[in-house]
Amino acid sequence: MSQDSSNLSAADLRTSAGRRAWSAGARWVFALAAVATVLVSALIIWTVASGAWTFISQVPFDSLTEIGWFPRRGLFDLSTLLVNSVQISVIAMLVAVPSGFGAAIYLSEYAHPRVRKVMKPALELLASVPSVVLGVFAISFITPSILTSFFHEINFFNKLAAGIAVGLLVIPLIASISEDALRAVPLALREASSGLGARKVTTSIRVVLPAAMSGLMAAVIVGFSRAIGETMVVTIASGGGDTSLFNLALTESGGTFTSAMAALGLGTDQVAGNNLAFQSLYFLGALLFVITLVLNMLGDLIVRRLRNKY
Amino acid sequence: MTILTTPAGIATGAADALRKRPGADVAGSAFKWLLIGATVFATGFLAVLLAVMIVDGWDVLSGNLWYFLTHGFSQRSAGEAGVWQGIIGSLQVALVTGVFAVPTGVATAIYLVEYAQGNRFARIVELNIRNLAGVPSIVYGLLGLAVFAQTLRGFSGGTTAIAGGMTLAAMVLPIVVITSVEALKAVPDSLREAAYGVGATKWEVLSRQVLPAALSTILTGTVLALARALGEAAPLILVGAATGFMSFGDANMFETFTGPYTALPVLIFNFARQPGADWGVNAAAASVIILVLVLAVNGLAIYLRNRFERQW
Repeated sequence: MSQDSSNLSAADLRTSAGRRAWSAGARWVFALAAVATVLVSALIIWTVASGAWTFISQVPFDSLTEIGWFPRRGLFDLSTLLVNSVQISVIAMLVAVPSGFGAAIYLSEYAHPRVRKVMKPALELLASVPSVVLGVFAISFITPSILTSFFHEINFFNKLAAGIAVGLLVIPLIASISEDALRAVPLALREASSGLGARKVTTSIRVVLPAAMSGLMAAVIVGFSRAIGETMVVTIASGGGDTSLFNLALTESGGTFTSAMAALGLGTDQVAGNNLAFQSLYFLGALLFVITLVLNMLGDLIVRRLRNKY
Repeated sequence: MTILTTPAGIATGAADALRKRPGADVAGSAFKWLLIGATVFATGFLAVLLAVMIVDGWDVLSGNLWYFLTHGFSQRSAGEAGVWQGIIGSLQVALVTGVFAVPTGVATAIYLVEYAQGNRFARIVELNIRNLAGVPSIVYGLLGLAVFAQTLRGFSGGTTAIAGGMTLAAMVLPIVVITSVEALKAVPDSLREAAYGVGATKWEVLSRQVLPAALSTILTGTVLALARALGEAAPLILVGAATGFMSFGDANMFETFTGPYTALPVLIFNFARQPGADWGVNAAAASVIILVLVLAVNGLAIYLRNRFERQW
């Protein structure tokens, strides 16, 4: 505490107790918010797990392999919903992957920076189109104006239109993830390829694409997970009612995990209570949660491995 | 060609051999046009979508748009039905979503970036956020139904706009956290160090320097998250938006938050479910309205981000 000419002591420089307490308190407020986000996950898991357990412990197991999904008659054939979910998601991928990859390669390898600067936000904008609108689009345009000219006997509600509309919805997601993957490929690889005299198309296909392959795989996996979880498009364009008979025809209607949940949710007033139909809602939610979680973690793992590579 | 050549001669010969022949790269240009086609398809369908909806909904959009915007749902006939309740309900739900999601999300991001870089709890929170981001929206509906509408009935009043808003808040929370983390990480450390250097406490560094610097980016992320909530229907169906229709009557502003509610995307779903072409017109017209709303909000956010993006 030596006196100097300005009469300052170390005590004068010490932060006041009030300011320190305020600062220390803030830390706990922020940490509490972080705890809240974990709590959301915990509540989701607890909700779906306890509801699903109630369902599993009460349902007769032979009602899980029946002629179709008729929850209010006690028929809970899971294969019906699984097959429809996978069919619709695969159609969605057939629409979204070529277009999404193409757009990604164009934006990352070919497009003028100025074009890229406009198109990237445009893709973000596309990602925000509400899914109900695409559902309406499916029944008011895709089925009547496009599909009826290829198929003579097509149901007004059908899996094909639902799949195409889900595909349109997933394009921006796939394009965005794959564009990131392509841009993560170091410029040196492209320069080396060009230096050996390769054309741009050769560089893109033989050098850049293989180098970004794991990222592109991740885009497909995450896109598939998004398609499996998409609800409104399927409910409007294919799910129709709350029941569906097992069928493999793409031109027929069919409910998925998600549309079956929405249909049960619409009738929560009627089916509320302890009956099995209401509990099957949670069981489907649990299945959906596990499927998408596994797919997303897989995609995440691949993306992070890619990030470490370069 | 002579055997004895000058270096210049060799170079010229090599250059000739390597020179690209004009017009030879058919595969190259075919590939390029294929990519352009894919890009046009990926982005152009929005235009088709809008055009189809405008054409289909033209009867309502051109004739009685004002009636459509200012009248409530009617079960009787399509011509009497409007989207007023949906618009009000969506605004209420979005308000509740913002109130819950923004403080929690931004605070979590601050904790992750400023306090806990890399410790075990932070890694758990980050993993948790990434996984939450991939949970299908309808699963959040189950959370809303079981927890916000039933367990917390005393607070939310059951399947109300409050319960719906809390459900969507849980859904968009990962988006708010992820965009806020990016915004905070973009603030250079020199700014923090300079503030510490003049004796500021951690809280003062945060509140006076870091947050103001990151504010515009955080706001953009928040707006994008709310726009996402605005277009979402699936979770709200489980939390009672499909069956509830607001009756304004003499209810005051607060009471409408705790009564039956609906939202614009759910209303579109209801229109689409009704049989008959005139309901289809309503669905298309309401789709145009929600598209314009969501695209305007998003476009504004993206514009603001590009406008205020700071290069450090």
